[in-house]
Amino acid sequence: MAQAAVSTSDRLPSPPASPLAARRGASPLSLLKLAVQRREATVIIVTIGAVIYFSLRASSFYSVANVIVMVQYIAPIMVIGAGEVLMLVLAEIDLSAGQVYLTSPWFTYWFWSAGVPLGLAIAIALVLSSAIGLINGLFTVRLGVPSLIVTLGTLYAFFGLVLVKSNYTQEQTPGTTGNFGKIFGIGSWSTILWGLLLTAVIWVLLKRTRFGLHTTASGGNPLAAAEAGIPVARVKVWCFIIIAFAAGFMGILDAIRIGSMNPGNSGLDIVLSPIVAAVIGGTALTGGRATVLGTVIGAIFLGILEDGLNIIGVQASWFYFFEGVIILIAMAANVQLGQLAAKLRR
Amino acid sequence: MSTTALPSTPPVGPAATEVILRAENIHKRFGAVVALRGVDLELHRGEVLGLVGDNGAGKSTLVKILCGFLRPDAGRIFVEGREVSFHSVKDARAHGIETVYQDLALVPQLTVYENLFLNREITWLGRLGFLARRHMRALARQYLEDIKVNVPDLEAEVEMLSGGQRQAIAVARATRLNAKILLLDEPLAAMGAKESALIMELVRDLSARGVSMIVIDHNYAHLFALCDRLNVIQQGKVTVDTKVADTSVEELTELMVSAFRRQLQAGQEALGEISVDGS
Repeated sequence: MAQAAVSTSDRLPSPPASPLAARRGASPLSLLKLAVQRREATVIIVTIGAVIYFSLRASSFYSVANVIVMVQYIAPIMVIGAGEVLMLVLAEIDLSAGQVYLTSPWFTYWFWSAGVPLGLAIAIALVLSSAIGLINGLFTVRLGVPSLIVTLGTLYAFFGLVLVKSNYTQEQTPGTTGNFGKIFGIGSWSTILWGLLLTAVIWVLLKRTRFGLHTTASGGNPLAAAEAGIPVARVKVWCFIIIAFAAGFMGILDAIRIGSMNPGNSGLDIVLSPIVAAVIGGTALTGGRATVLGTVIGAIFLGILEDGLNIIGVQASWFYFFEGVIILIAMAANVQLGQLAAKLRR
Repeated sequence: MSTTALPSTPPVGPAATEVILRAENIHKRFGAVVALRGVDLELHRGEVLGLVGDNGAGKSTLVKILCGFLRPDAGRIFVEGREVSFHSVKDARAHGIETVYQDLALVPQLTVYENLFLNREITWLGRLGFLARRHMRALARQYLEDIKVNVPDLEAEVEMLSGGQRQAIAVARATRLNAKILLLDEPLAAMGAKESALIMELVRDLSARGVSMIVIDHNYAHLFALCDRLNVIQQGKVTVDTKVADTSVEELTELMVSAFRRQLQAGQEALGEISVDGS
């Protein structure tokens, strides 16, 4: 690109190019940078469009009751989606996180019904959830099995375990009473507030800390990261643990909110929707590039779509059809944008 | 961590002849293939030494030994007069020897300054701490100014930079970490004239600051532009050691071509014998 070559050859001791100056002069380079870095833009526009559409079609869309329903749907998808951002930035994926979300309340229940105090049972459940992440991570980095396959394995294993150990029977969730229950799930805004907190922690971790920079480096160019002395394998394992912990935590909150646990509860929603949220939010599958903000908006969009279709009286399963179409459109946009960026760079 | 540390030695002119790196009688074989059969090599402080040779002559093997990636079967290596033994790239790095591979060194999705500080980040609250981005940016800007590397934007992702700029950043990162000896593999590969000029100037600046460099390149024009001295490697040995000023592209080309002719002839004779034997 001519522009870049000229600025390169300019070796006079000119004032250092400040980032501000680069932004003011909208060179092709900085515009391209904006387009590549701000892939959230697309999902924001689409989400706003969906809000306008559904609020015009159904007056109850803006009611507090409906907003609460929406945010309760959004919370776990958002948190696990933020976890998937850590995975995708490493060019890995975790299919088991949704199953960890469904399994951790059962861990709690089994220990609690064996006489362990509830608080301790929850703590044990979170440790076990994290352990699933540890298993995922170690299989991936030590045995070289692709994370897609490893986490498919743990997804099935724990789905089966829960079915067998629960005797296929639904159970009441412990801990639904009093202030404890209100704080951990039953309060209308409880799950979304916890969700925002966890998501914010993951965002800060990825964007503001040394660990986050090493995560991005490990996914962006593993060889360079290793050359610089970054323990790539350890970074990956920690990310698997973080997403599993977050999923387990949200699972316990939602089980308390709903009041019961269904062992056969699996399905597409919680297993795949977080990945959909991350992908339509603009996170690439190829590693090194991620947006937690885009994922949050992606989760919000899925929540609005699910709830909106419901409210305007469309048969519920159309949601899956639309979700599928959205995935195709979003991925096509991402890939094409990436190719455009590469072309402009030459 | 010394963050702005330039090589602390004062600039030394080409007249100074302190030997910073010496390799003695280096041998290396891979199974039946003998890659190096007694290489002797000297690198002086602030000097740029070019390695010339055909594919398979042993240049890459030699560089891999000098940067600690391979261990020699026999021979000794001295850094600043003291004998060293490298068990890993880390060992060599600890002695100030750094290899710069343009594409291996950098993370394309990270910014210029993030790459410069990769795994040497400045943080508050220690190891898992928060990045002191402003501090790193300021130091990066200062350092790049010091070595006269001009990039349009420290916040630009490295992916957005040209090949020359990336190469310059990779070199800058190595020298910022106190590298005294740089091993450069085709530093001008796939670069336009302006880009090449940028890197050549950087190499000269660093050399004036006392950084010593070994350059591998197949392009004689590049080598003549970059280097003070050339070593020709043929069949696992250094056969010619000459100052760039004392030779020419034509002379070197002639040397390589005549060697090639000799090999060809030897090969044909061997083939001839076989066919004679066979008939």
